[in-house]
Amino acid sequence: MISLKPDDRKSEKADREAENDGSRRAFLKGAAAVMAIAPGMTLYAYGTKDAVAKPLDEAATRKNRWGLLIDAAKFTDADVDRCVAACQKENGWKNTGHPLTDAQWIRRVNITNKKTGEHFSLPMMCQHCAEPPCADVCPTGASFRRDDGIVLVDKHICIGCRYCMMACPYKARSFVHEHLEDQKSYAPRGIGTVESCTMCVHRVDEGRQPACVEAAPQGAMVFGDLNDRSGKLAQLVERVATQQVRADLNLDPGVRYRNI
Amino acid sequence: MKSVVILQRLILMLVMITFSGAVLPGVVGHAAAQPAWMPKPPKAVGGKCDADPKWMRKWHMKALDHKRDETMHKGIRTRKFSLKNCISCHAVKDDNGKYITVRDERHFCRTCHDYAAVRIDCFDCHASRPGDKMDKAARAGGNPHENATKMSSVIRKGDTAMADFHKYIAGEGK
Ligand code: SF4
Repeated sequence: MISLKPDDRKSEKADREAENDGSRRAFLKGAAAVMAIAPGMTLYAYGTKDAVAKPLDEAATRKNRWGLLIDAAKFTDADVDRCVAACQKENGWKNTGHPLTDAQWIRRVNITNKKTGEHFSLPMMCQHCAEPPCADVCPTGASFRRDDGIVLVDKHICIGCRYCMMACPYKARSFVHEHLEDQKSYAPRGIGTVESCTMCVHRVDEGRQPACVEAAPQGAMVFGDLNDRSGKLAQLVERVATQQVRADLNLDPGVRYRNI
Repeated sequence: MKSVVILQRLILMLVMITFSGAVLPGVVGHAAAQPAWMPKPPKAVGGKCDADPKWMRKWHMKALDHKRDETMHKGIRTRKFSLKNCISCHAVKDDNGKYITVRDERHFCRTCHDYAAVRIDCFDCHASRPGDKMDKAARAGGNPHENATKMSSVIRKGDTAMADFHKYIAGEGK
């Protein structure tokens, strides 16, 4: 199902070197800039604005493009499961023992080389495409891309036709079949509508990280603003070879991977 | 003969309209004078309402509708007219001190909506009672008007309800 196309043709070795080189240079730069003011503060000084709280009354704008970089090499199966559990807890969805119809905002994708037995896994969720096919096919406009790149379902106008579920190449969406009660106040979800990963939009608006990122191993998932060239995510994406899942579809996903 | 019947009905209608017009505004808020058939919405637990209760009775659906679009599509998360705050402030407890859901007919929204036979589907997706910490914080008070934002959506021509609403939001006229 997943065909992978590297974003650029750097070999992995070159890519690692570039990363080391880049961070060393950035480190020196950062150190130089900050040392003069406050020696010893270097490390903090260069945690740039990866997530900034938006004033409550301000609309999301195209200035930002929120995204994720997921390093599959840093995940074990159990790590991925912890991310899934964190998402369930945060957004209030769960498995009810009906795998065909249960909600699924994020899942573990296992990749095994049958010849060599090599195995790895990665978390897979809505890839928050710049050109989301779900929004293209939605007859009501319920499926849409927020100005800051987060793809959402407006359940007020979703009619539950599920076209978007079929259009999504990542199988990222699911349908709510049952009556629900006591949903999270910041993550409303209900019968007859389609849902998917919201990139924890309620957290992003507050300047916090998505729940899965918090639950992932150190550095395995980087959340940030792809448009902010001084931010950690944009710098990483610029420096290292990242991959898009189904890059052949030209959807320009906001979620990028490494080492898959 | 037929015209007499029609005339009678017209008069009856007129009387009914006058009657309801005179009685409804009079009884709301005067529990003692309230006839038994009137809905009795439970008292809110929070502080001041986001708007004049009289206005809210008439326009709450417009306010919620507007806020929902602002929040869903633009990420504007001010407290004013947020359903979460309405739910927190108008939460009703049962005899055991537990918050009731909309399945219970004593639920704030149901007291009127059952009476008016207007089915709402808000609670298909939204929780109908306070749940998490954020709700508790919201209930703890503060001025719901803080961070009130100037709403900027287009007012549809001829949509006087919406125009009224926007005037209200902008603080012109109550
Ligand atoms: S299920 Fe809802 S969001 Fe998906 S295409 Fe249909 S109306 Fe749009």
